[in-house]
Amino acid sequence: MDAVLLARIQFAANITFHILFPSISIALGWVLLFFRLKHLRATDPQQKLDWLRAYRLWTKVFALTFALGVVSGVTMSFQFGTNWPGYMERVGNIAGPLLSYEVLTAFFLEAGFLGVMLFGHRRVGEAIHLGATFLVALGTLMSAFWILALNSWMQTPAGYEIVDGQFHARNWLEIVFNPSFPYRFVHMVLASSLTCAFLLIGISAWQLLKGVATASASRVLRTGLVFAALAAPAQMVAGDFHGLNTLKYQPQKIAAVEGIWETTRGAPLLLFAIPDDATRSNHFELAVPKLASLILRHDPDGELKGLNEFPSAHPPVLPLFWSFRIMVGTGILMLLVSWVGLWRHWRDGWEFSLMPRPLLRLFAGMTFAGWVATIAGWYVTEIGRQPFIVSGLIRTSEVASRVPSASIALTLVIYVTLYVGLLVAYVGVLKYMSEKPEKRLAAVTSEDLAQDPLRYQSRGEFA
Amino acid sequence: MMSMSFDELLPLIFIGLMGVSLLVYVVSDGYDLGVGMLMHRATPDERDTMVASIGPFWDANETWLVLGVGLLLVAFPKAHGLVLSELYLPTALMLVGLILRGAAFDFRVKAKADRKAMWDRMFIAGSMLASVCQGWMLGRYISGFGEGWNYPIFAGAIAIALPMAYALLGATWLVMKTHGELQEKAIEWSKIAFAPMVLGLILISMATPWISETVRIRWFTLPAMIAVASIPITSSVALLTVRLLLGAPAVRGALCWLPFALLVLVFLLSFLGLSYSIYPYVVIDRLTVWQAASSPESLRVILIGVCVTLPVIIAYTGFSYRVFRGKTIELDYA
Repeated sequence: MDAVLLARIQFAANITFHILFPSISIALGWVLLFFRLKHLRATDPQQKLDWLRAYRLWTKVFALTFALGVVSGVTMSFQFGTNWPGYMERVGNIAGPLLSYEVLTAFFLEAGFLGVMLFGHRRVGEAIHLGATFLVALGTLMSAFWILALNSWMQTPAGYEIVDGQFHARNWLEIVFNPSFPYRFVHMVLASSLTCAFLLIGISAWQLLKGVATASASRVLRTGLVFAALAAPAQMVAGDFHGLNTLKYQPQKIAAVEGIWETTRGAPLLLFAIPDDATRSNHFELAVPKLASLILRHDPDGELKGLNEFPSAHPPVLPLFWSFRIMVGTGILMLLVSWVGLWRHWRDGWEFSLMPRPLLRLFAGMTFAGWVATIAGWYVTEIGRQPFIVSGLIRTSEVASRVPSASIALTLVIYVTLYVGLLVAYVGVLKYMSEKPEKRLAAVTSEDLAQDPLRYQSRGEFA
Repeated sequence: MMSMSFDELLPLIFIGLMGVSLLVYVVSDGYDLGVGMLMHRATPDERDTMVASIGPFWDANETWLVLGVGLLLVAFPKAHGLVLSELYLPTALMLVGLILRGAAFDFRVKAKADRKAMWDRMFIAGSMLASVCQGWMLGRYISGFGEGWNYPIFAGAIAIALPMAYALLGATWLVMKTHGELQEKAIEWSKIAFAPMVLGLILISMATPWISETVRIRWFTLPAMIAVASIPITSSVALLTVRLLLGAPAVRGALCWLPFALLVLVFLLSFLGLSYSIYPYVVIDRLTVWQAASSPESLRVILIGVCVTLPVIIAYTGFSYRVFRGKTIELDYA
C-alpha cells in the first residue's frame, strides 16, 4: 500500500487512541478539585465521607487515564517526525515554538505535580495538596490550549510569511489567536466536559444497577447530570459559532459536511444520504428543505458554496458527511438524556432510589458517549482539512515520510494491536474499579464517624 | 569562535539544552527503567515496593524525553527527519515498550488481583524493550548511521550495555530508597550488573574511536588528549568507589545514596565525553548544528520560554523529590 496513506492511517490511529484520554482528563482534573473542595467544606461526617469516596475512586480513574494519555502522547511527539518529516522542515519555525511551549508550560506542570497529587497526601499539607490538584488541572487545560493553537493555525493559518518555501512567524499573537482558535478551544473544552460528565453519570448508574453503590455514587451521578445538562446546550451554541467560522474560512469543509455538490440558494439539510465522489452526487437523500441555509446563513434562502467550486482540492465527502452526523446526533442524545435525567431526579426530590432502572441502564449505556462524539468531531476537523496539512498552503502528501511502506505497515499493525488491547483493558479496569468496594473506607460507617470524626482525621482517612 | 554573533550562538545553546534534557532523561528514566527490569528477580511484595519507589517520579522523568526529542524536532528539524527516518523501527519498538510499561504501571494495582502478575510481566518486558531499543538507537547514532559489518555489532553491543547501565542505576536507586531484605537484594543486583556495565563502557570507549575517524582524531591528538583524559580517569575512580562501597557495611546506612550519586556522575562524564566527540555535529560527519538549525527568530521565541520555565520546572521537580525523600513507603492514592 501507498506509504503516505499508511502514514496517515498510523497517525490517525494514534491520534484517535490518544484523544480518548485527554478528552476525559481535561475536565476530570477540575471535577477532582470540586470533589476535594466539597469534601473539605462538608460539615456532616457522612457527607464528608461520601465526597472523599468520590474523590478517591475518581482519582484512580484520573491516574489511569492520565497514564494512557501520556504514553500515547509521547508516541505522538515522535510520530510528528517519523511520519511527517517534511512538516517540521517547512513550518517548524511556527509549529516548533508552539509545541515546545506546550511541553515547557503544560506537560512538565502536570507531570511534576501529579506525583504529589496522587501519592503525596500524607506528606504535604492540605493547602499544598489542593494546590497540586489545581496545577495538574491547569496543566491539562494549558496543554489543550497550545495543541489547539497549533491545530487551529493549521486550519486557519495567520500571522506568517513565506520566504523561499519556508514559513516564518510575523506576529505571534495572530498565530496563537488565529481566526478559528477561540471556537475550537471552547468546543474542545466543552467536549471534554461532556465526555467526563457522561463517564461520571454512566459509571455511577452502573454502580446503582449492580447494587454496589454507596451514597457517594448518588452524589457523583447528580454532579454529572448537572454538569452535562449545562455543558450540552453550551456545546450546541459553541458548535454553531464554530460552524459559522468554518464556513467563512473553510467553505469546502462545510460543503462536504452538508453534502452539497452544486452551489445552492436555500440549501436543504440532509438527514440521510450516501455521497458519492465518483458520480459527484448523493444517493438516497432524505432532506429538510432550506434548513442548512437557515442554520449556516441564518437565512432560509442564503447561498452555500458547493463542492464543485473546489474541483481538485476538497476533502473526501463520505467520511465527513457521516462523522458530522454522528457527532451532532450523539450531542443531541446527550442533551436530551441529561435534561430528562435531571428533570426526573428533581421531580423525585433528588432521591435516587426512585430513579427508574431503564433510565439507569440508558445512563450506563452512554458511559462512553462523549468518546463517540469527540472522535467523530475530531474526524470532521482533521479529515475536513485534507488534502492539505496546512489549509490551502501545504499538501499532506508533500511532507510525508520517505520510510519504506513495509516498515510503516509493520509498526501500524503493532500499534493497533497494542491500542486495542489497552482500550479493552482500560474499560475492563474501569468496570472492575467501579464494582469493587473500597477496602479501607468500606469498613467505616456513619456511626463511627458521628462518634469520633477526629479519629479518622488523625489517621489520615480524611486528611 | 570569538566573534560569534548571538544568532550563531543560538544553535549551540539549543544543542546544549537538548543534550541536557536527554542526559536528565537517561539518568532519571534510566533508574526507573532499571527498577522495572530488576522486578523479574523480586517477589510480589518487593515488586510493590519497587514500583512505589518510582511511582511519584516516572511521569516527570519521561517528560524529559519529550522535551529532548521536542527540541530536536523544533530546533533542528533537518536532523530530526534524518535521525528518526534512520531509526524508524527501533523508535517504534521503544515506544511500544514505553507504552506497555506506562500502562502496566497503572493497571497492575487497579486490575483484578489475578491479573497483576500479567501486568507485572508487561511492565518488565516493556522496560527491557525500551532500554534495549534506546541502546541500539544510541549505538546507531554515535556511529553516524554507518553502513558495514562492524556497525551493527557496535550498535548491538550498546544495546546490551545500556540496559546493564540502567539496571545498575536502578539497583543503586533501590539501595538508596529501601531497607532490610530488599536493600540486601539490591546490593547483590548492583554487584551482578556492575561488571557487564563497566565492560560495556570500556568497549564503547574503545570502539567509538575505531568506528569513527572524527572521534579518533579528536581524542588521540595532543595536547587535547591530556585535558580530556580527565574524563575516563575520573569515571574509573568513581566506578571503583562504587564497587568498593557495595562491599562496605556503610552502604546499608548513612552512605546508601553514594553509589547512585557516583553513577550519576559517571553518566554525566560519559555525556561530556560524547558531546566532545560529536561537537559541532548534530549527526556526526553529516550535519552541523548550524546546518540543521531552525531560523534564529523562532529559536529566540523558544529561548524566552525556556529561560522562564526551566528554573520553575527544576524548582518543582526538586520540590517533588523533597516531598518523597527518604525510604519508600507504600503508595496510597490521596
